[in-house]
Formats: sequence, C-alpha cells, structure tokens
Amino acid sequence: MSTVALRRKKPDEPGMIAKFFFYLALIIGAIVSIFPFYWMFVVATNDKDAAFQMPPLLAPGLEFFDNFSRVLERTEFFRALINSVVVSSAVTVSVVFLCTLAGYAFAKYEFPLKKVLFVFVIGTMLVPAQLSVLPQYVIMAKLHWIDSYKALIVPAMVNAFGIFWMRQYISSAVHSELIEAGRIDGGGHFRIFWNIAIPVVTPAMATLGILNFMNVWNDFFWPLVVLKNKENYTIQIALQQLFTNKDGLDFGMIMSATFTATLPLLIVFLLFSRWVIAGLTSGAIKS
Amino acid sequence: MADTVTATPAQQIPPKRPYWTERRRSQLTAYTFISPFFLLFAIFGLYPILFTIYLSFFKWDALGPMKYVGFKNYELITGDPTFWISFSNTLIMALMGTVPQLILALFVAVMLNSAMNRFKNTFRIFYFMPNITSIVAVTLVFSTMFGNNGMVNWILNSFGLDSVPFNSGWWGVKIAISTMVMWRWMGYNAIIFLSGLQSIPTDIYEAARIDGATRGQQLIYITLPLLRPFILFVTLVSTIGALQLFTEPYVFLGQSGTGSTRQEGVTMVTYLYNEAFKNGFFGTAAATAVLLLFATILFSLLNMMLSSRMGGDTGGGKA
Repeated sequence: MSTVALRRKKPDEPGMIAKFFFYLALIIGAIVSIFPFYWMFVVATNDKDAAFQMPPLLAPGLEFFDNFSRVLERTEFFRALINSVVVSSAVTVSVVFLCTLAGYAFAKYEFPLKKVLFVFVIGTMLVPAQLSVLPQYVIMAKLHWIDSYKALIVPAMVNAFGIFWMRQYISSAVHSELIEAGRIDGGGHFRIFWNIAIPVVTPAMATLGILNFMNVWNDFFWPLVVLKNKENYTIQIALQQLFTNKDGLDFGMIMSATFTATLPLLIVFLLFSRWVIAGLTSGAIKS
Repeated sequence: MADTVTATPAQQIPPKRPYWTERRRSQLTAYTFISPFFLLFAIFGLYPILFTIYLSFFKWDALGPMKYVGFKNYELITGDPTFWISFSNTLIMALMGTVPQLILALFVAVMLNSAMNRFKNTFRIFYFMPNITSIVAVTLVFSTMFGNNGMVNWILNSFGLDSVPFNSGWWGVKIAISTMVMWRWMGYNAIIFLSGLQSIPTDIYEAARIDGATRGQQLIYITLPLLRPFILFVTLVSTIGALQLFTEPYVFLGQSGTGSTRQEGVTMVTYLYNEAFKNGFFGTAAATAVLLLFATILFSLLNMMLSSRMGGDTGGGKA
C-alpha cells in the first residue's frame, strides 16, 4: 500500500483533453462524496425550511444555535452524546486489549488446532449479526441487562476482525527472537506480551481503536433493540427519535443535531485518515 | 482442549518429569489468550443462532411458556403477503444498490490508480468520507434531499422531468434508499479495489504495452482477472450486507411516526424486527431469521459460482 506512485511516465503521456476529462470525472465524484456533509451544515445553519427552498439554498446561515436549542428542548442530546462516548470508549478499550492478546497468541504461539481455530474466527465474520438478535435479546432480558450499557458493551468486547487485524500485524512486527530472549530471561508470558509485544504494535492498536470506536458510535440496530429508556439512548437513537417527531419535520433542528453528532468522527477521520483507510481495507487484502 | 503429547524427540529421560512442561504451559497460555473471543462467541453468537433455529418451531412471546408448533411459523410467514413483499423489496434494493455501485467503484478505483492521478491521497480521503458517517445520519441528510420539494426533485424539474414521490412511491422509496446505500459504500469499495489494483505488479503492464496492448485490452485481460479475488470479496460482503438492509428504510420511512412496515420499503430485517419487537411474535420472527440465513447462504453461493464462471479457471489471487 505504501508503494510510491509511479510518477514518471514518458511514452504515452495523455493529452490535455484526456487529462481535463479525467480530473473532471474525479472531481465530480469527490463533490458527490462530500456535498452531503456540506449540505448538512447548510441546513443546520439556516432556518427551519431551508431544506426545501426552491432553488436549493447553498450558503451557510447563522441560525445554528437557534436550531440546536430546539434539539435540546426535545431530547437529552448531550446525555446521549455522553452515553455514546462511554459505551464506545468502554468497548474500544476492551476490544483493543483482548484482540491484541488473541492476535498475539495466534501470531506467536504454537498450539493444537491453531489453524482451525483461526479459520473459525475468520468465518464468524461472515455470519450476519442480525440473525442472532432474538436470543441475544432474551439473554439480555434474563440477565436484566435490558436498558443497560452492559447489553451494549459485553457482547462487543472482542471481535473477529480485531483478532485478524492484530494477528497480521504482530506476525510481521514482533520478532520471535525478542520473545525468546524474554523467555530466557525468565519473563512470564503476560509480562513479555505487555513489555515486549505491546510497545511494538501500538500503531496497529491505535488503528483498531479508531475503527472500533467509529463502528460502535455508528451502531443502530442493537441499541435500538435493547435501549428503552430515553436517558439511556445512544446518539444514533436520539437522532432517529428527532426524526420520528410527528409535528412537522424541522430539518434545521434535525441537521444541527446530525451535524454535531457527525463532526467528532469527521475530525478523527481527517486526522488519522491514512490509518483508518489502511485498517478498513485490510479485511479485503486477506481473502 | 486435551492436547495429546506430540512425539517429543527422545532426548534425556528425566527421572520425574513435571506435568507442566514449558510447552504445555505455553499452550495453555495461548488458549487463555484466545479464550475471551470463543467464550463470548459461544454465548452471544453460536448459542443464539442455534436457539433461533430451535425457536422457529415454537410459538412464543418472549415472556410466557413456549409452545411447540412444528412448521406453523413458516407457514404463517410464507402465507403473509407482507413477508413476500419484504423479500422482493430486499432483493430489488440489493440489486439496485449493489450492482451499479460496484461497477462505479471499479471505475473510480481504476481512475484513482491511474498514473495520470497526481492527487491520489486527497481523492482517496474524499471518496472514503461517506463511509464514516452513521447510517442514521446518512438517511437523515438524504431525507432532506429526497423530500417532495427537495433538492433532487428540483434538479429533476429543472431538466424538465416530473417530480418523483421519493418518500411514498413504490420505486421512489427504493431509489432513495438505494442511493443512500450507494453513497455510503461506493467509495469504501473503490478503496478496496484500489488496494487490489496496487497489488498488481506494474511490470505485467509494461510487458503488455511492449506487446502492443491498448489500455482497454490491459483492463480486460490483466486488471480484471487479477482483481478477481477482490471483486469476489467485495461482492460477497456487499450481498450479505444488502440482505440485512434495515436502518435506512427504518429511519427513512419511520418519519411522521407511521411505523416502518410500509410496503414500499419493508425489508426482511424490518419484517423480523416488527414481528419480534412490535408484535411480540418471536416464533415467526425466528422463522424469518432462518429464512434470511438460507437466503444469505444461497446468494453467497450463487455469487461465488457466478464469479468463478466469469473469471476463468485460475484465480489470480493469493490466500
């Protein structure tokens, strides 16, 4: 992925016209990709009916706080935001730790059935999660975890993609001689993992952390099933609830909330885009 | 977990060998390290799937006693026209959202990878951005555009076309939802194709060019065959994802509080969700889940068969 693009290319250098249409197509595609973000901002900062003006309004306005105050009247927006931060952080810390641990075992240990178990882990990625939602709901009800963060956190504490991703990275980044040396010095298994492996693989852990945080942050189906009480809503449910309100759709209000909920992820993505993209596409490299 | 002692080369014969040899200890450590995944998967993955199948033969409201009803649940849902509408909706939207999207993604990837492109990283970030937005946010934003007096209809009108009722028409709803799916995933899949393209060694193209192959020939005879494993992967994942379509129709059609089993956009997962969590029929919901599982397996296999036929005999990719 890190190969430097081949820049020099003398023989069949394309002409100006070809170049123009090439970039035109790429730029139109890029505009289509980012326009909805800008549109979100435009609607969020204009008054109530800006979304339906008839040539569409394309300039940001000054009504953002006005719109946003209506969000606060209707939902506990910040409460939902904090809920999402808490749940996403808890899941992410756990996922990063447990996936690194398991990835390390698959990369650096020899044990019976290792191959089979690893293939099994990969295979679970293809099982549609929504198939198991009914029994999961029943389990949560039995445990009295309905409407509790535990229902969101515990099932998500470790995942197959994370194990796969960490194993790939650890296989190449952590040298077995280092581990051997640690063993000879009498270090325990966990000590070696913690003191030798972890410092080497922090970049991969960070990537996994960001990806996981985004996934949990954006999750909708499972929170919708297990969260009943308004105070426990995650941000995605809170957003959806704004849209369900019957008394006329106030898109200025809805978009100001949507924008506020999207902005943190957008910033994280733009700061770490290289890592995020590398991580998200790595699943495909394997197969 | 019982590990048979793999024949150790006969070396020293110690008088008394402790059971916890170094090897056993490290194996146990490895099992401990990987155990959280298997434990959680057993409880929240495997058991639920088996229980779903079991549950599909019972009548149950999640509270009272379960009552065995044989295949009654399956008869009930296959006799329900809404189920078949949800089934066909899911397939139609899977086609509408996936096929054009993947073709487009392939084009975008080839363009991004082109030597002509001097701004590879910048474009990559732009094209990827939609994927970080939550589906709820995507649906809300597109709802403003697809309103009756929204931007899309304005564009249609300014080209002299009639307005389309995007939030109530049979095709309108499907077009709107497929557009949301396409917007969120096209760039993501393009980037996956791009990483596939970058894995193709450039000297193959070099050789082809010396032999006088045109750009189009290079695309058809080199790029596409070598990209086959990536195409297979992306199609498979997109298909599985498309069959589980839920959030877009649920949010998009949930507006004004009319519920989400509206016929224009009800999907199999919406149907399942409503059966279980709105109507309290866990048995029929489980039967829906089982049929969805069959559909998923069927379409995955179909996918693999189709793409192995298209790609000729040799799969160019590595494991």
